Amino acid sequence: MGILVDMSTYRIGAGAGYSGDRIDPAQDLAEHGRLNALVFECLAERTIALAQLRRLREPEHGYDPLLEERLRAVLPACVAQGFTIISNMGAANPLAAGAATLAVARELGLPRLKVAVVTGDDVLPWVQEHDVALMDSDARASDLGDRLVSANAYLGADALLPALASGAQVVLTGRVADPALFLAPLMHHFGWRADDWRQLGQGVLVGHLMECAAQISGGYIADPGHYDVPDLHRVGFPLAEVQADGSATITKLADSGGRIDRLTCTAQLLYEIEDPSRYLQPDVVADFSRVRLQETGPSRVQVRGASGTARPEQLKATLGYRDGFIGEGQISYAGPGAVPRGRLAQQVLEHRLQRLGWDSLEHRSELIGVNAMHGGALGADREPYEVRLRLAVRCSTRAQAERVGQEVEALYLNGPAAGGGVTQSVREVVAAASALVPREAACSSVHVMEL
Amino acid sequence: MKLQDIAIARSGDKGNRATLSVIARDPAHYPLLEQLLSVERVAAHFRGTVNGAVQRFTLPHLGAVHFVMDDALGGGVTRSLALDAHGKTLSAAVLDIDIPAPPGP
Repeated sequence: MGILVDMSTYRIGAGAGYSGDRIDPAQDLAEHGRLNALVFECLAERTIALAQLRRLREPEHGYDPLLEERLRAVLPACVAQGFTIISNMGAANPLAAGAATLAVARELGLPRLKVAVVTGDDVLPWVQEHDVALMDSDARASDLGDRLVSANAYLGADALLPALASGAQVVLTGRVADPALFLAPLMHHFGWRADDWRQLGQGVLVGHLMECAAQISGGYIADPGHYDVPDLHRVGFPLAEVQADGSATITKLADSGGRIDRLTCTAQLLYEIEDPSRYLQPDVVADFSRVRLQETGPSRVQVRGASGTARPEQLKATLGYRDGFIGEGQISYAGPGAVPRGRLAQQVLEHRLQRLGWDSLEHRSELIGVNAMHGGALGADREPYEVRLRLAVRCSTRAQAERVGQEVEALYLNGPAAGGGVTQSVREVVAAASALVPREAACSSVHVMEL
Repeated sequence: MKLQDIAIARSGDKGNRATLSVIARDPAHYPLLEQLLSVERVAAHFRGTVNGAVQRFTLPHLGAVHFVMDDALGGGVTRSLALDAHGKTLSAAVLDIDIPAPPGP
């Protein structure tokens, strides 16, 4: 008797939950997951602005720096088994990412490969021409002037459908709503209508549960003695078995580490959601408030009950802009009296900032181990053995930011006793703001490239 | 007892807004979470860290209470001076809340 393959089930895996995520669990899923699709979500809010800066310096770059390494790991299985790879690794330069994908295919000696690239999320020219109000702020995009470096609209699943219809084995995008990377292949496979809000809501639920990869399969939840996770060091990435009605079972490879249960699924379900009954997506306003989770076996959870209402009229866009520099320095104090010495060092630095005329700059001085995470009130009754002083200052120039670390370093010879382990850093801040843009600002198109 | 003894928590970021969900490990303990974790109690716990309004959503069928906290991330993840700019560790802070012993089995 042969293995029964259930053709009515669509098997979709998560290959990455952020740009720097592990590659080996994705390769395991690619090789052993009997997948229909493998999705790599690699584009955080400000990643695209940083990628845009890279593209300005090097026109052939600006896509995900790990694209080639990821594809080398999974393209052989993709071609041999016939599943589709979908990813926003195109970042600020999806067309260059497409070319890089074909180069990897050539290097691997693959006979042929079809790649579809989705563009149209870049709305910077539109924003510069029309201006737009920034959300959660009184400012407008024009107030950012030449500090504005990128503006990308969150495209929906509708932008990916023609790419999937082309029969491409690899679909690459720039900015797309994360759940849409999963919703699109489900719409394509099951023929869900673009105005079937209940169905789309359920598809968004699957996407949202999967988009952070191991965060649903045992990553980021272990708390020894309170909630234990088996073999966390080899936590497996999740796999959704989706039915035509949108209900799905979230699971993982049987021999991988981690766990999937009601708690891991609920934590991910609510992760970074505001009102659970109104999760705004470009394709639908999803309603997760009546979602039901049922444990149906070891590391198997069935999810259903999401619905939705008509999609928003406008698209959300992220604007990246240069916002000065942050200079930082750290130094440690340990042993008896570590906290008083750390506090004395803080006082010394406050006087130094005054002397430099920098005390009016926005800054943070704190003792890691005492109050760096949650302020002074929580845990004030507990005394640590060692503390690490951290000073961070918002600066207008790189030179000014470099001075911050130097001031902390000077505590070696000029500060309290026995400070050690100074580190200094400077980073240019590329901040992100959000705005709403009309749908016509983002005209998506699909470019097919073949080997 | 601490909230850590009966619940798990996870926080996330949306611009300058933090999200925080608290989930009963045993669904039977959900009513205690709902009663204990009022908007006022959570806002007081995070005073000094969270500077804006706190909203609460209850999801009894999931055993979860969910909070959205405004002006909680030092101006937002991308420009904050904070070490934990994402507010990832806020979830552990909420588990430090003292609770009465829940009703036994």
